[in-house]
Amino acid sequence: MIGQLNFPALWPYWPELLSGLGVTIQLTLLATVGGVSLGIVGAALRSGKPSWMSRLWGVYVELIRNTPFVVQLFFIVFGLPNLGLKLTAGEAALLAMLINLGAYSTEIIRAGIQVTPKGQWEAGRVLGLTRNQTFLRVVLPPSLQRIYPALVSQCIIVMLGSSVVSQVSYEELTFAANLIQSRTFLSFEVYLVTTLIYLALSIAMRQLLLLAIGRKWFGVQA
Amino acid sequence: MMTTFTDWDIVRNLLLAARWTLLLSLVAFVGGTLVTLPLLFMRLLQRKWLTRWVRGYTALFQGTPLLMQLFLAFFGVGLFGIDVAPWTAASLALTFYTSAFLVDIWYGSIRALPKGQWEASRCLGLSFGQTLARVIAPQAIRIGIAPTVGFAVQVIKGTALASIIGFIELTKAGTILNNVTYQPFKVFGLVALGYFLMCYPLSRYSQYLEKKFNAAHHH
Repeated sequence: MIGQLNFPALWPYWPELLSGLGVTIQLTLLATVGGVSLGIVGAALRSGKPSWMSRLWGVYVELIRNTPFVVQLFFIVFGLPNLGLKLTAGEAALLAMLINLGAYSTEIIRAGIQVTPKGQWEAGRVLGLTRNQTFLRVVLPPSLQRIYPALVSQCIIVMLGSSVVSQVSYEELTFAANLIQSRTFLSFEVYLVTTLIYLALSIAMRQLLLLAIGRKWFGVQA
Repeated sequence: MMTTFTDWDIVRNLLLAARWTLLLSLVAFVGGTLVTLPLLFMRLLQRKWLTRWVRGYTALFQGTPLLMQLFLAFFGVGLFGIDVAPWTAASLALTFYTSAFLVDIWYGSIRALPKGQWEASRCLGLSFGQTLARVIAPQAIRIGIAPTVGFAVQVIKGTALASIIGFIELTKAGTILNNVTYQPFKVFGLVALGYFLMCYPLSRYSQYLEKKFNAAHHH
């Protein structure tokens, strides 16, 4: 019963939780940078003239958005080695998160670009900028500013989703929790503490991204 | 055993397991709705401490991994001396998870209506309940339906995590079949296809509803 909960017994395991947290943060950071970059490329492709590339990217986006992350992860971890592509657990986990965030951020950024008035494109061209320059310097910055909060939410969703990569034995926070659980049998205690760590991480991430970075570079109003 | 597993056997087993994915999604959605309604009501009462409580509830479930919620449901109910089946734990966790998102979507839909609607109804002598049921709800449902259908896709995808606590649905069936056949590319490809066939129509329908509503709204 509740009275039998034993939290102090978890104390000796704080180094495991801390190193797991470190790996989760590292994974999230890399996936965020890579995934958002992928999203910018995809959004540029998808808002340009229709071509086989942009259509193919559209298929990728729909495939990822309509299947669970855990299935994508299993496909990469178990399926790709079948094709001769050997990946470590960490590489596979990062690849899965990158591909996942790439698809979602394509749609988010594209939504920001879509509402940019057409005159912005035309003005850029008239000033003698190339198509790429117009996109990168005129259209993209205000578009990113507009959708920045939605992008932050998506990055947090990816961070929370990273708990699933424990299933392919990558030693992040949830893996550490599973390990401690198997050693102490204090299942509820371990998972409650870990859940609270994730909660703190998602709150910290939102504060940092929205307030510190968002206010400075993306004009986010607090 | 291994050699007797034909492609048809794989597909047949996945189809059988997909029924459980659909059933779990349905239970989560219906259960989620039942939990959302009182939460929504509490939010609409505009009492400071009630609002704060509901906000805390949504922040808790939206700010933690669904996998952790599943683990906590699985091991937490056991604390009360009740032996929980993965099915029960998964339904419970997904119900709370679903409600935490639905309450935001539905409250947002109600808030999107002009405040004058409430005031006009009160002036006409309608009670709070009457205003809600006859004036606000019919309009709010039109706004809320597209994001709600869109969220249903998240619920279906979320049920895949129930495989991790041992519930045998589409993903778990895929893992088991992969262990017997050693054909991960084919098996997980088919599993992904299964989810796609369930989710894509809903995604498209949600987009269609959004366009339809926006068109009606702007003209």
